[in-house]
Amino acid sequence: MNGSAIWLGPDAPERVIAHLGGQGFRVVGPRVEDGVLVLEELTAGDSLPTGWHDRAAPGSYRLERREGNGPRARERFGYRVGAQAWKRYLHPPELRLFTAERAAGGGLDLHPEKGPEAPLALIGVRPCDLTAIAVQDRVLMGGRHVDEAYAARRHGAFLVVVECTTPGATCFCASFGSGPGAEGGFDLALTELIDDERHGFVARAGSARGEALLEALGGRPASAPETDGRRRAVDEAAHAMGRRLDVDGARSALAEGAGLPLWNDVAERCLNCANCTLVCPTCFCVTIEDVTDLSGDVAERRRRWDSCFSLDFSYLHGGSVRRSGAARYRQWLTHKLSSWFEQFGEAGCVGCGRCIAWCPVGIDLTQEAAIAIEQRRQADAMPRGRGPAGRGARR
Amino acid sequence: MDTPSEVAVPRPGGGTLLPRPYRVRRRWDETQDTFTMELEPIGDAVEPGADAFRPGQFNMLYAFGVGEVPISISGDPADAGRLVHTIRAVGPATEALRRAKAGDAVGVRGPFGSWWPVEEAEGRDLVFIAGGIGLPPLRPALYQVLAQRERFGRVALLYGARRPEEMVFVPELRRWRSELHLDVLVTVDRATESWKGDVGFVTQLIRRAPVDGTGALAMICGPELMMRFAAQELTKIGFSDDRIHVSLERNMKCGVGLCGHCQFGPSFVCLDGPVYRFGEVRAALTVEEL
Repeated sequence: MNGSAIWLGPDAPERVIAHLGGQGFRVVGPRVEDGVLVLEELTAGDSLPTGWHDRAAPGSYRLERREGNGPRARERFGYRVGAQAWKRYLHPPELRLFTAERAAGGGLDLHPEKGPEAPLALIGVRPCDLTAIAVQDRVLMGGRHVDEAYAARRHGAFLVVVECTTPGATCFCASFGSGPGAEGGFDLALTELIDDERHGFVARAGSARGEALLEALGGRPASAPETDGRRRAVDEAAHAMGRRLDVDGARSALAEGAGLPLWNDVAERCLNCANCTLVCPTCFCVTIEDVTDLSGDVAERRRRWDSCFSLDFSYLHGGSVRRSGAARYRQWLTHKLSSWFEQFGEAGCVGCGRCIAWCPVGIDLTQEAAIAIEQRRQADAMPRGRGPAGRGARR
Repeated sequence: MDTPSEVAVPRPGGGTLLPRPYRVRRRWDETQDTFTMELEPIGDAVEPGADAFRPGQFNMLYAFGVGEVPISISGDPADAGRLVHTIRAVGPATEALRRAKAGDAVGVRGPFGSWWPVEEAEGRDLVFIAGGIGLPPLRPALYQVLAQRERFGRVALLYGARRPEEMVFVPELRRWRSELHLDVLVTVDRATESWKGDVGFVTQLIRRAPVDGTGALAMICGPELMMRFAAQELTKIGFSDDRIHVSLERNMKCGVGLCGHCQFGPSFVCLDGPVYRFGEVRAALTVEEL
């Protein structure tokens, strides 16, 4: 969009919520509940959290209030990402796909589930999560078959992105170019600028609908110091990001990494709890449950998020294919960082860091990827057929 | 980040996740735990032509309220309107299908997946190698070949079962065996007293197959280990990797690349398989627990 940036006050999120709610959108945004950040449905008059920030580390996530009277105590988006990702709304954890009834004369009546009535408006999407939505778009709508349930929710969804100006300790979006800024794929982008002199948002439209929203909200054109400030804050966030992932290195190391020693080592620590797959914003795997009511004449099919960490996931009669924890972790990491490229032309990871923070034993994907790269390098340096890190061959 | 925020509506031809209603026309036992069922569409709920399939493709069969399973089609691709599957009862859904009687309703989604490249074998020798319940997914290809027998060179079927009573399609095997233009070699891993035929693994029949390995095609379906060893034996008699075709099996919940369960390395078995050129999967098949 060519429209210029607009300066909005610190109450911009609430004004956006009220406006989109009034237009009939089902508005979803962050809330603080029981000390954690959750994504909940909002109505006009609801406000987003103020003065909260989060601290994440391997195996740890804390949401805290800013102390003191500094400007940051009024910060609107001091937190980054909680455990929940937006897939909770676009690709729900549990969904009925159809109901079925035995019909007279031995027939079968199938009633597909209707899609949602109101389009979604997602408020406060971080750039890494915006990229994750685009990744799921390609998986669930970009192939030979379209996931109609996803498409029905994704179609017409209004995305309000908030750029990141302070990276968290588990963030590594800069390695993928999936953040901390956002250049497209949104309807509206907000960047919060906060210091002693000013507090507000640089707002940019990414679609005609975003333009219309900006127009409705009023506001004045952002000044040069404000637009420069936005650019500088995002650039500085990219440079301040301590965590990195060698995307190309991991991709090629894992493509030939089935026999690397790290899998057995990580399996010693991994609890197979599936937390990483549940918090991951790109993980899309589902399982199916068919059930009947007590009469046995009415059945329904439900779909639930599934995880490649469960033994059942690869079950074939006679036993599961991935029996060991090592094989299941290998599947997850290899899929995220390597085979996803072959399947969908990009990584299955956006660097949001959720899997690091929400792993109960603090397994760090960036570290495991670095180990894989190093072990692959060592194996390649050795003459063929020697050393422990062959190609995973059985013979 | 190039995804438009306003995404196009789903394209037509959707509904791939909704079963179509079928009725069991006939159902009979092949062995103690394996049965064949013939399905026909109920009323006009199924569009004409929806049943057309290529040999090697599979359907997702829905047992009302119990579950859904991927099952290769075992019937004749030229016989439209009669959808045939041969199924081994190994779990709740397949067991429920086994109990289905003529007239009962089942749901069908499909056909899905890749197919045996029968046309590629025209003008060449062709060997089918089946182990146990691996014969049904090959049978549609065999039907297609026999319907245009003159287009192919020598054709052989090598079939191995664990025990004589676990063999499927026995009357048909007898008939095929009596035909002069089809070589049928059968073996069992363990013989019973009345068994007078070969004893041993199906891979041991490969050297006796009357086909010229250098130009011939092979289509193999059975346990993974058997397919690997069969491919190894075929390579020894001159088959090249790109003329050997195998059919793989993985857990599937959707059949259309959306549930993630059937991943085999970078490949989705439901979309890229189940039929693969051996060269495409040779390395992956040697990785344990992939």
